[in-house]
Amino acid sequence: MDYHTSMLLWIPLLPLFGAIVNGLFGRRLPRKLSAAIGCSTVGAAFVLGVWASLRIFASHGEERLVDNVYSWIAVEGLSVSVSFVLDALSVVMVLVVAGVSFLIHIYSIGYMKDDPSFSRYFAYLNLFVFSMLVLVLGDSLPVLFVGWEGVGLCSYLLIGFWFENPVKAAAGKKAFIVNRIGDLGFLIGMFTLFGATGTLSIDGLSQGVAGGLVTPALATAACILLFIGATGKSAQIPLYVWLPDAMEGPTPVSALIHAATMVTAGVYMVARLSFLYSMAPTASAIVALVGGATAFYAATIGITQKDIKKVLAYSTISQLGYMFVAVGVGAYFAGVFHLMTHAFFKACLFLGSGAVIHALSGEQDITKMGGLRKKLPWTYWTFLISTLAIAGFPPFSGFFSKDEILWQALSTSSNAGWAAGWVHLTAYILGLLGAAITSFYMFRLVFLTFHGESRLAPEVHVHHEMKVMSWPLAILAMLALVGGWVGASLFGVHGFEHFLEPVLGAAQEAAAVVRGFAHSHLAEWGAAAASVGVGLLGLFLAWALYLKSPQTPDRLADRWRPLYLLVYNKYWLDEIYDFLVIKPIYYFSVFLWRVVDVIIIDGLGVNGSARFVRGLGSTGSRLQSGNVQAYAFWLFAGVAAILLYLAVVVGIL
Amino acid sequence: MITIQHYLILSAVLFSVGVAGVLVRRNALVILMSIELMLNAANLALLGFARQLGDVSGHGLAVFVMTVAAAEAAVGLALVLAVFRHTKTVNVDEIRALRG
Repeated sequence: MDYHTSMLLWIPLLPLFGAIVNGLFGRRLPRKLSAAIGCSTVGAAFVLGVWASLRIFASHGEERLVDNVYSWIAVEGLSVSVSFVLDALSVVMVLVVAGVSFLIHIYSIGYMKDDPSFSRYFAYLNLFVFSMLVLVLGDSLPVLFVGWEGVGLCSYLLIGFWFENPVKAAAGKKAFIVNRIGDLGFLIGMFTLFGATGTLSIDGLSQGVAGGLVTPALATAACILLFIGATGKSAQIPLYVWLPDAMEGPTPVSALIHAATMVTAGVYMVARLSFLYSMAPTASAIVALVGGATAFYAATIGITQKDIKKVLAYSTISQLGYMFVAVGVGAYFAGVFHLMTHAFFKACLFLGSGAVIHALSGEQDITKMGGLRKKLPWTYWTFLISTLAIAGFPPFSGFFSKDEILWQALSTSSNAGWAAGWVHLTAYILGLLGAAITSFYMFRLVFLTFHGESRLAPEVHVHHEMKVMSWPLAILAMLALVGGWVGASLFGVHGFEHFLEPVLGAAQEAAAVVRGFAHSHLAEWGAAAASVGVGLLGLFLAWALYLKSPQTPDRLADRWRPLYLLVYNKYWLDEIYDFLVIKPIYYFSVFLWRVVDVIIIDGLGVNGSARFVRGLGSTGSRLQSGNVQAYAFWLFAGVAAILLYLAVVVGIL
Repeated sequence: MITIQHYLILSAVLFSVGVAGVLVRRNALVILMSIELMLNAANLALLGFARQLGDVSGHGLAVFVMTVAAAEAAVGLALVLAVFRHTKTVNVDEIRALRG
């Protein structure tokens, strides 16, 4: 049941208004007003989102709100209208995006308080919220793509926010360029779908799929192409390389854009197009495999990183991998569920790391921290709660969502013939190993930062915590604790799944084959015990290595030096990309410049034609002797030649 | 018996003398005279043909040629006079201001 309203438009429009005011006039506004505009517009969007969602909640996700804003493109054979739809899936996204954004805006007031470009920061941040809301509310692929590119732009602007530093500017550029590679796939996927169905609206595509306009082969191709876009935006193998570098941006930006919201856009997109992915088992299997591989691979890198934000960055990549495992094995709601809980605990972790960095005046190396538990109590406790959540201990939120993903991967099997036996199982094993490593590196981070002896440099003075930064931490930590209870299916609470069922239910049933033991409570509890068990194992190892005998990690690193270096240097993937992609393109560009442009185009084409004309001119000007008699001679010679021609060749005379 | 060939041969000889004069002599006045010679060679050919064909329009055309020749001579001499005032010479080898 659709209800038409003209209110949805205002949810994204309010942050846009804030962005315009802060962007155009922010330099002349006092800081407090700038911050007030930045925060209140997002807060108002959140309130509006809550209000709009009441109807959806009341109907248990059955109803939708539709807002047709205007007709954007209307030509023969293609019509795209800018219209927004609030259904069960976008309700979750809108509330998470606007809510977490609001908290991070508040936190930013404290974190950025001494920055000279205060209002510019809020303008970018508001613009980001606008784009993200367009992305999740848009009901057609072009509108979604506008939001998709908009968040990419804001990501670029905010990573390079301190653009005076060339390293930070380069990190922004890297994020932008890597995302463009993915976006090419997204665009081609979009065109493929348009070619088959003649429409780009999500409802239209859904009807097209139902009406058999999309063949399975075409759906597979389109899904893989769209997933390439998702690997760029959501930092999956092979396009994840930009996300660790994105940590150069201000920490609240890392929390908002590069952990909680933007990077989950790929997961949202797959869930939104679940009707398509569920009929493309091969593409889904690829999604699950890539997700599982990323979840494990990024987690291993997280073990060795020394920068507090880099650990969290690899952790984010790894957690995004879990979400793709979920949507790849057809458990779309589990992916969205983990997206939501991850937004809470990862935003909290990033903001906590920001509080640490802020308190230590910019120190990010965890080997130079330690013992901060007493000095930063708010930060410590919220960080610990979120760590317990990400490591998957009950009753924290991460346990329910991660366990749901692993259980769904274990208890289903792919529809694709080649993948049937092993893909979901492989994704499960990778996810389980990744869960152990997650627990290990997260507790390593906690122990190195907050426990043990202080290793602070003597001149570092620990600033005390600011209230404006502590409150958002506390709220996010609360959400990280209780946020998972809405979908605690282990305890029989299926609220979240039922809420999303009108949008995702049909696709979920079509996407995968349920294994025989799927309905056994014993098996489900066993799987949960396994995931808690590996979490405990990681916790114990971290405790043994980093608290009990702090010298051991270095000894181990020396003993396994090549392996340590391989992981510490992130498998040299940046260097490999540099060698395989960037260097060839660079040298090809040099070839185009030096040979094609300078020699062929400039040398032969432009200067060559000029030289030819000038040569012709100087030859011709030699005829122009100024001697009348010479002219007369040529004239007579010409007449004589013509007469001779007429006489001898034509034969007239 | 004087036939059309005689007229035409004389006309050709006169014309050739005129061409040679234009091409080899350096004095602008002589060149103008040589041009007159060529024009009159043409006149002779015209008259020869008019007589041969019994068509008086050839005579009329010759009168026109003479008129034009007179005008040409006037303009040509005026130009030569003006050039001479400017450069103190009528040697066409030395008047080469339009050399490319």
